[in-house]
Amino acid sequence: MYSQGLMGVEETPGGEQDLLDRFQARIDAGEKIEPNDEMPEAYRKTLIRQMSQHAHSEIVGVYPEANWVTRAPTLRRKLQAMAKIQDEFGHGLYIYSAAETLGVSREEMVGQLLSGKAKYSSVFNYPTLNWADLAVIGWLGDGAAIMNQIPLCRCSYGPYARAMVLVCKEESFHQRQGYEAMVALMNGSPEQKAMGQDAVNRWWWPIMMMFGPHDADSPNTETGVKWKIKNFTNDELRQKFIKATVPQAKLIGIEIPDPDLRFNEETGDWEHGEIDWDEFWSVVKGQGPCNHDRITARRKAHAEGAWVLEAAQAYAAKQAARNAA
Amino acid sequence: MRENDTPLYEVFLRPRNGLSHRHVGSLHALDDQMAMQNARDLYTRRGEADSIWIVRSADLIASAPEDKETNLSPSDPERKPYRHPTFYVLPKEVENM
Repeated sequence: MYSQGLMGVEETPGGEQDLLDRFQARIDAGEKIEPNDEMPEAYRKTLIRQMSQHAHSEIVGVYPEANWVTRAPTLRRKLQAMAKIQDEFGHGLYIYSAAETLGVSREEMVGQLLSGKAKYSSVFNYPTLNWADLAVIGWLGDGAAIMNQIPLCRCSYGPYARAMVLVCKEESFHQRQGYEAMVALMNGSPEQKAMGQDAVNRWWWPIMMMFGPHDADSPNTETGVKWKIKNFTNDELRQKFIKATVPQAKLIGIEIPDPDLRFNEETGDWEHGEIDWDEFWSVVKGQGPCNHDRITARRKAHAEGAWVLEAAQAYAAKQAARNAA
Repeated sequence: MRENDTPLYEVFLRPRNGLSHRHVGSLHALDDQMAMQNARDLYTRRGEADSIWIVRSADLIASAPEDKETNLSPSDPERKPYRHPTFYVLPKEVENM
């Protein structure tokens, strides 16, 4: 579903100046970097971290939605939820395999997720309390993801950029199906409308946080931009998202739960209320309402699915022995 | 055996007849049959292909980046410009050739 702007570039480039200069010249010339090309170690590590967090987010991101598959209001809604979930797992796999080109194994990355060492998007640590939450996740959560991911289609690392092209093709369906479900609610009974508004009220701020800390508090953004891993800053992306979302909300009678949200005629930008960064960091650090549930569910699925891998391995070994005989 | 040991496959799709197969990504699978099924599920959920090729990544023979100069520079337009059509000057009267 999406990559978060928060865990960007921790390591500043050091080491061999020649390599860094050569590398920067290629990036500045708009060249793409491919797996076997020479690259600074910090570039490689930054990408591995960002891509693995992105892939983990795709995988963990299905849990809030999976909660409502069996209780979807109609068969049509159930089918679209299942198709979306299958896509999200697919996105995780595209990105894991793109990350593997940097010399890290998928097993290692998954291990870091299960051990709690690796992060994923904080937004998935909030609960989905009713059906309207699924509509809002599609409309706003995937909407925010699209803002983040479209620029990544042009990022400097070839395999990541190509994986993002595949992902972005599918995200549009995710957002539209969510908005359509939202429209249905907002055209419904007073109770259904209230349900839609309530879901937006609960998700708006966690989704605003998806873009990561303000630029002034994100010292690593600069290196990410310099290496073209990031093409827009967190605040730029957040602004694009608000701009796109406000008219969509208005059209269906949704009120954005931010009393300070106003359009600044002079700058042409939307000004928004203060984001609760204490809450953000506490969720990132594991204190969100569902951090424990998400990791527990993932560990359980991994352990309970182990036999499938073992059976497939046994079968492959048997076939290989037969073919050799 | 750990998952690390599951072979990596590269996946190529031909969107429709008349086009070439094109690399779309990779996946892990224990054997060819599983790789084909995974390729279908992972890369062709929306009719992206009428033909799928898969090959074990270990079986791909790739040129080494350090050989780029030796392998590719003879075709560099600056080295052998006479191999390119724009090298040849035609009379102005000939508009297209």
